[in-house]
Amino acid sequence: MKVTFKIWRQENQNTKGAIEEYKVDGLTEDMSFLEALDHLNELLVLKNEKVIAYEYDCREGICGQCGVFINGRAHGPHDNITTCQLHMRSFKDGDTIIVEPWRAASFPVLKDLIVDRSAFDRIMEQGGYITAKTGTAPEANAILIPKEVSDSAMNVAACIGCGACVATCKNASAALFTSAKINHLNNLPQGHPEAHKRVQEMTYQMELEGFGSCSFTGACEVECPEGISITNIAEMYAKYTKAKLFG
Amino acid sequence: MKLDSKTPEGRLEDKWRNYQIKAQLINPANKKKLNVIVVGSGLSGAGASATLAELGYDVQCFCYQDSARRAHSVAAQGGINAAKNYQHDGDSVWRMFYDTLKGGDFRSREANTYRLAELSAPLIDHFVQQGVPFAREYGGVLVNRSFGGVQVQRTFYARGQTGQQLLLAAYSQLYKMIRAKKVKMFPRSEMLDLIVINGKAKGIIVRDLVTGELKRYAADAIVLATGGYSRVFRLSTLAIGCNGSAIWKAHKRGAFFAAPSFTQIHPTALPQTSEAQSKLTLMSESLRNDGRLWVPKQKGDTRKANDILEKERDYYLERRYPSFGNLAPRDIASRAAKERIDAGHGVGRLKNAVYLDFRHAIDKLGIQTIKDRYENLFSMYKKITGIDAYKEPMQISPAAHFSMGGLWVDYELMTTIPGLYAIGECNFSDHGANRLGANSLLQASIDGYFILPNTINNYLAGALEEDIPTTDHIEFEKAEKEVRGTIDRVLNINGTKTVDHFHRELGKVMWQECAMSRNKKGLEKAILQIKKIRDEFWSDVKVTGSSNELNTELEKALRLADFIELGILMCTDALEREESCGAHFREEFQTEDGEAVRVDENYSYVSAWEYDEGDFKLHKEELEFEFVKPSVRSYK
Repeated sequence: MKVTFKIWRQENQNTKGAIEEYKVDGLTEDMSFLEALDHLNELLVLKNEKVIAYEYDCREGICGQCGVFINGRAHGPHDNITTCQLHMRSFKDGDTIIVEPWRAASFPVLKDLIVDRSAFDRIMEQGGYITAKTGTAPEANAILIPKEVSDSAMNVAACIGCGACVATCKNASAALFTSAKINHLNNLPQGHPEAHKRVQEMTYQMELEGFGSCSFTGACEVECPEGISITNIAEMYAKYTKAKLFG
Repeated sequence: MKLDSKTPEGRLEDKWRNYQIKAQLINPANKKKLNVIVVGSGLSGAGASATLAELGYDVQCFCYQDSARRAHSVAAQGGINAAKNYQHDGDSVWRMFYDTLKGGDFRSREANTYRLAELSAPLIDHFVQQGVPFAREYGGVLVNRSFGGVQVQRTFYARGQTGQQLLLAAYSQLYKMIRAKKVKMFPRSEMLDLIVINGKAKGIIVRDLVTGELKRYAADAIVLATGGYSRVFRLSTLAIGCNGSAIWKAHKRGAFFAAPSFTQIHPTALPQTSEAQSKLTLMSESLRNDGRLWVPKQKGDTRKANDILEKERDYYLERRYPSFGNLAPRDIASRAAKERIDAGHGVGRLKNAVYLDFRHAIDKLGIQTIKDRYENLFSMYKKITGIDAYKEPMQISPAAHFSMGGLWVDYELMTTIPGLYAIGECNFSDHGANRLGANSLLQASIDGYFILPNTINNYLAGALEEDIPTTDHIEFEKAEKEVRGTIDRVLNINGTKTVDHFHRELGKVMWQECAMSRNKKGLEKAILQIKKIRDEFWSDVKVTGSSNELNTELEKALRLADFIELGILMCTDALEREESCGAHFREEFQTEDGEAVRVDENYSYVSAWEYDEGDFKLHKEELEFEFVKPSVRSYK
């Protein structure tokens, strides 16, 4: 299998980047998309060129470290998967594949396809936790949590923090990410004591980081590898209003 | 050097309490003056960082990923064990201890293993408090499931994403303490050397992976929480960045390496399909609760799985191990699969897989129940292979997974270098020669949250008397120069082969000779082959780019250089141990029907290797079984 990659190359945060073209032969349909890039990198090394920088770690769709724009879509042509789960069988022999980094002002490019997503960590820092020290826990079954509540918390706790929601949003909004964490903790009894504070502080940090507002286009939930629903954003704003009124 | 495990006196049930009663305390005003470095931000590293910070220590935490939330604990799927006996099925701390000790084929310390079981129940309390959405019954209580090697239900889980949920809980606590300004986090930072001053661990050299700058950090104690090293096989269930470099540098600075060859080969991963493959994705062991493993009875059968009649199928685990069946422990399940594949019954394109079939479970329980239990695993399988496992069986294959071996640690989790601790998968402690499923998240968490924060005081109390460490010391100077020398050397070889080429070569040798089944001749050959790969690497590797920039190729090269040396030690260890125990199966030591033969009279010890100028010197920690009599491990 043979494809033409058009890939964003950028030395570092302070330089301008540009798309470069690479014709690659010797690929197979079984290869993952990242393995195809690995293959290209080996060819570049042998040609004495610098390798393309892109991120990955677990390569099984759970760590959230990989993520690029492929032919104009976050994580490639399919709904709800990560870049590492994309395989070359999704492309045809002779295809041209355009690969770009996440596009969002709050995710500056560090090099080539690697962006800095530390803004997500800083949002988490503002209350994405339950304040309880190690050693202070009551017996686990003393806190009864109905299955539906636990299941709905799990649905949003599943967020892998890849940033596809931000990258695909025309406003570069981080509302889906932020709402996932807030709704996970605020809907559980353990998270109630800090619920009002959490929703206010995390959304405040989200704005400080320069993420845009949500205008409910639903683009994010299509790309989210965990299929987290956009209704979470509405729920977050309802919680925010409640916190402002009663918090 | 005599290895002192520092196991406390008393009955097994009292040892940990006796230890805590006698351990030194440090008053809160003094804790503030002490500084601890934690390398790694996975379940053990993040848990330790957060807890040490809560206690009042200043913590600096390092990870190579872009965020602490990526650490590979995130990928553990099936669950975490705890002796809660919520299912009223006869579980107890003792039974969990015994299962773990037996699962490890009596090659771990009784006291450590007992402590693991003892602290498991409060750990579940802890994680529930942190907001981990464990699976629950409609009435609100926690649910359990079964795992391999055990006849009770003691595994807690959050769908097939338990590791992710526990890691995110630890990560959130870490960020809570970052906000409190008690932890300073250094992502995209890789430890490249350990600083030992007057025999004590006092700092690390770190490469900033964005700028390439080498930086020095000093502390009163260093904690390594850097995970497993099964990427030495290249193809493994581990994340691509997982590496053995931090523990290898520590080893070369004097920390003994225990049981390096004890590697768990996981029975249920996705098979390799091509040479270019970079990763073998794990499919959780929990699938064996409802899935049945089989191969066609007829060799080289090319029919589709669903066309093969029931009577033409060999459910080989149920046949060989009727009492544990599909839930036989991992080492046994992997070897049984290999035996069938080698005998010509393998399935799939490369004939290197076996079937894991859910048809019976779906017929019996209904598709919805199976979806509730494993939906994310089935959807992951479909994303990767394009196959719907509700309709046809999964194809799975054994893959390198967990490192039972690691830095030798005593009961306090301290290595042979005073002030250097190793926690989680990077140490050797509780799993012996084979780890039971769902004990990995458990050990990582317990080491980080419960044990280390209790034991580190004993050492740090003495550190109060010493000078505050600084990075001006000559040892920092020397180590930084050495690291720079290694980096320059790698970049200047300018040979003809890529890093990945050498990693593939190393992986082939390791998988062939030092994985599921080993023999003297093969291991001797492997050592020579790896030495040859080492020589070729250092004369013919090609790495482009420079050292003062983000250079992923350079990162890979440095990690591989350490893996190559580690591979030699692993083979040396496997060669030395002339018995079969747990995951270590020496072909010369087996019964007529292919079961392992342990040789307690000669090998009831933990091997602990000292680095000696490119060679390795063996020390032995004899294992004393005071409370349990080692038995022949049978799952028939």
